[in-house]
Amino acid sequence: MTQEQELVREFLLESYENLERLDQDFLVLEQNPQDRQRLQSIFRTIHTLKGTCGFFGFSRLERLAHAGENLLGRLRDGELDLTPDMAQTLLHMVDRIRRLLAGIERSGTEPDEDVEPIVAELHRWVAGQPCATAREAPAPSTADEHPQSAPASRTVPDVPGTEQQSPPTQEPGDTQALPVLEDKPVAETVPSLADSTLRVDVAVLDKLMNLVGELVLTRNRILQCSNAGLDDTLVAAIQRLDLVTTELQENVMKLRMQPIGNLWNKFPRMVRDMAYACGKKVHVVMEGADTELDKTLIEAVRDPLTHILRNAIDHGIESPADRRQAGKPEEGTIVLRAYHEGGQVTIEVSDDGRGLDWERIRAKALAAGLVTAEQAARMSTRDLSQLVFLPGFSTAQQVTRLSGRGVGMDVVRTCIERIGGLVDIYSESGRGTTLTLKIPLTLAIVPALIVECAGDRYAIPQASLLKLVKLAEGHSDKCLEWVHGAPAFRLHGRLLPVVCLQRLLGLSACADACTARSLVVLHADERSFGLIVDKICDTEDIVVKPLSRHLKGIPIYAGATILGDGTVALILDVMGMAQEVHLAGSEYREETRTHQALAERGHWVTLLVVECGGQRLALPLAQVYRLEEVPASRLERASGSEVLQYRDRIMPLVRLGTLLGVPQTLSQRLPVVVCRQPEGDDFVGLIVDRIVDFVETELHPDLTAGRPSAGALVLAGRVTELLDLGAVCAHAVPRSAAAGKGAL
Amino acid sequence: MSASQATRQIYTFYLDRHIFGVPVTCVQEILRLQMLTRVPRSASVVAGLVNLRGHIVTALDVRARLHLPPRPEQLCPMNVVVHTSAGPVSLLVDRTGDVLDCDPAQCEPVPDTVDAGLRPLFTGVLKLPDRLVLLVDVERVVTLPERVGAT
Repeated sequence: MTQEQELVREFLLESYENLERLDQDFLVLEQNPQDRQRLQSIFRTIHTLKGTCGFFGFSRLERLAHAGENLLGRLRDGELDLTPDMAQTLLHMVDRIRRLLAGIERSGTEPDEDVEPIVAELHRWVAGQPCATAREAPAPSTADEHPQSAPASRTVPDVPGTEQQSPPTQEPGDTQALPVLEDKPVAETVPSLADSTLRVDVAVLDKLMNLVGELVLTRNRILQCSNAGLDDTLVAAIQRLDLVTTELQENVMKLRMQPIGNLWNKFPRMVRDMAYACGKKVHVVMEGADTELDKTLIEAVRDPLTHILRNAIDHGIESPADRRQAGKPEEGTIVLRAYHEGGQVTIEVSDDGRGLDWERIRAKALAAGLVTAEQAARMSTRDLSQLVFLPGFSTAQQVTRLSGRGVGMDVVRTCIERIGGLVDIYSESGRGTTLTLKIPLTLAIVPALIVECAGDRYAIPQASLLKLVKLAEGHSDKCLEWVHGAPAFRLHGRLLPVVCLQRLLGLSACADACTARSLVVLHADERSFGLIVDKICDTEDIVVKPLSRHLKGIPIYAGATILGDGTVALILDVMGMAQEVHLAGSEYREETRTHQALAERGHWVTLLVVECGGQRLALPLAQVYRLEEVPASRLERASGSEVLQYRDRIMPLVRLGTLLGVPQTLSQRLPVVVCRQPEGDDFVGLIVDRIVDFVETELHPDLTAGRPSAGALVLAGRVTELLDLGAVCAHAVPRSAAAGKGAL
Repeated sequence: MSASQATRQIYTFYLDRHIFGVPVTCVQEILRLQMLTRVPRSASVVAGLVNLRGHIVTALDVRARLHLPPRPEQLCPMNVVVHTSAGPVSLLVDRTGDVLDCDPAQCEPVPDTVDAGLRPLFTGVLKLPDRLVLLVDVERVVTLPERVGAT
């Protein structure tokens, strides 16, 4: 079925339902002509019908409904009083509408029926002249109403009777055909469409969903039991149960799935109206309207999408004159695109408007005191674009009816994040803006990772899962390192902040010594962090259940679920945990963003600070490969200098103290900073006394290079010399050692 | 739920050495203690979560709620699942007692000498020939004071 057919079908269903009510309404109204509320409701029904007809291009139906609407409007406003004759004409109109609808249902197009007589009649009533035909027409039918109603009674007792009477008086040509045609289509085709579909309360669907969830859990429990050696018939039955349950679950999930087009269909009109109000020309292109997602999620993205469209029309698309000047077509284009990607639905809204005005955002951020002038000047467009998601941040020069009040993008972000989604914005000045929403397919059943901590199991939604790492003891690739008492882990060469779940749960402090445990790498917002757990158990599909109000205030839980064995497990809220450790807090985010931005410009660097012979030394963290602690006994000598077997290679070692001419402490375990030599990819190990800290700082460009020390700066209140790694290597690494890199 | 005028039935339960009563109509079911899942960082009154035939129900430690000494370890509590405006909640009690007919004539307001902080949790006292039953306002007992344990 094409989209258009689908829409027509929906329109028919809705209209039939409304008309059914309309008959009742008219009958009540006849008893009590002063019932304004009922008149209002009838008016609205006809009005809606008229609007939709216009949309589909059903001109006869529209004409008819329009005439009826006029009369009803007069009645509603009290300018006319409803007389039985008038009611007759209106009922007549309702019947004709129904007949037209039946025709549309049969053939898909408007049947070739003459509506003019009724339209004329309605017009005459509006004009206040009850004319002859009008009088004639109802007269016999009113007389016949009761006798006729009995045999014809189906859902609408009086109407078929009047129908049979009125056409002959008005449309003599139809006399033969109509009575036959109309009784059947009305009585038979209406149920045919109504029979094939059924309106179901969403609450019932939710209940069904819950029950299926329970069934899935019970199935899981039985499956676990079935591993314990049962007889074959039972095992076969269990397998069957498993199969049926899975299928049932999929189908029930499908019940809630709707194409996003259902929501989008409302947009072209909305966009047209908004564009018209702004004096702009915009047309909407939709791609992937048949992408399905859970109904609750469709509801959840309705407002954010409306906001985004509003922004696009009001701020994004330029006026026709401006567009012409910019060499673009006068008519702006907004592309709505939806597609499935990795268990998520991505919805994109792109416009080909003027894009974000970086200068204005910069100025606005400065004026609002969000950044300093210096920071503002250095922020990249990527950082600037993120600012529009801050509350109260609007760059619109004037508040219009549509937008510019500074609420919007932050609300969009909140709405999307509430349903576990992400929003991103990408803009190119002069070319347009694209907003990307990534939302989960469904909220009801989510795949989760089950972890164990302090004897209890917890579920972590897999959507936020990046990586699992089995932590090892001792010194290897897979162990935690400590930065000023805080654990960190190297992931792809970058330091990942780590938190201990046990500590987050407030159960007990995480032991400093890193025992063999597991690290779950999660991402929340734009940041990643590691979570230390005791054990990684399994993955399971879980049904998310809300927590009672007694537990609402605890940010680290997203809900609870029942695991396969029937125990209750808490679901961890990754976002909540991240905020808890001040990772995703906006303050931190802003800070890191600024720093990243500055780092891009090469001014800010993270330095590793070490101590050697009482002196503080620093070198850019980017040059550091790993930090190791090596027993002094492992040091060997080659070509007169100290070396260490490291990663199947011979790594030259440099005692920084010797190089700098300061005495170094002698200890059994030597902290070694492993760096990659600036030339080639060989390692060099720098033996220091102590590793102090990581510091983020701004480097002044006037530092001279060429000596082991590239200059000095004050870090944490102490003079710290900056090491020039290239110079250190040149001074200290003998050619022979550098050449002797053969595999061991 | 105030002490109504008509005779009604009271379900009684024991905590420490005291006997308490709630209207029978708000009791959904009584179960032996199921496996409790503790909720770290929750209020001390929250004993944990139980799986009640697929529904997750919060179990409250009524002893803690009523400022009674903690339950001895060897004592296995019962789950009394009650209806509340926030859905079913399980109350952990030491053991269950009888269902009594409560004649309003036998009821009196809670004496002023009862801890003022707890007094609103009770609707009255039922005077039995041999002892007194404190009638508990279920709705209030399951409503925890704000910010008790959300550290």
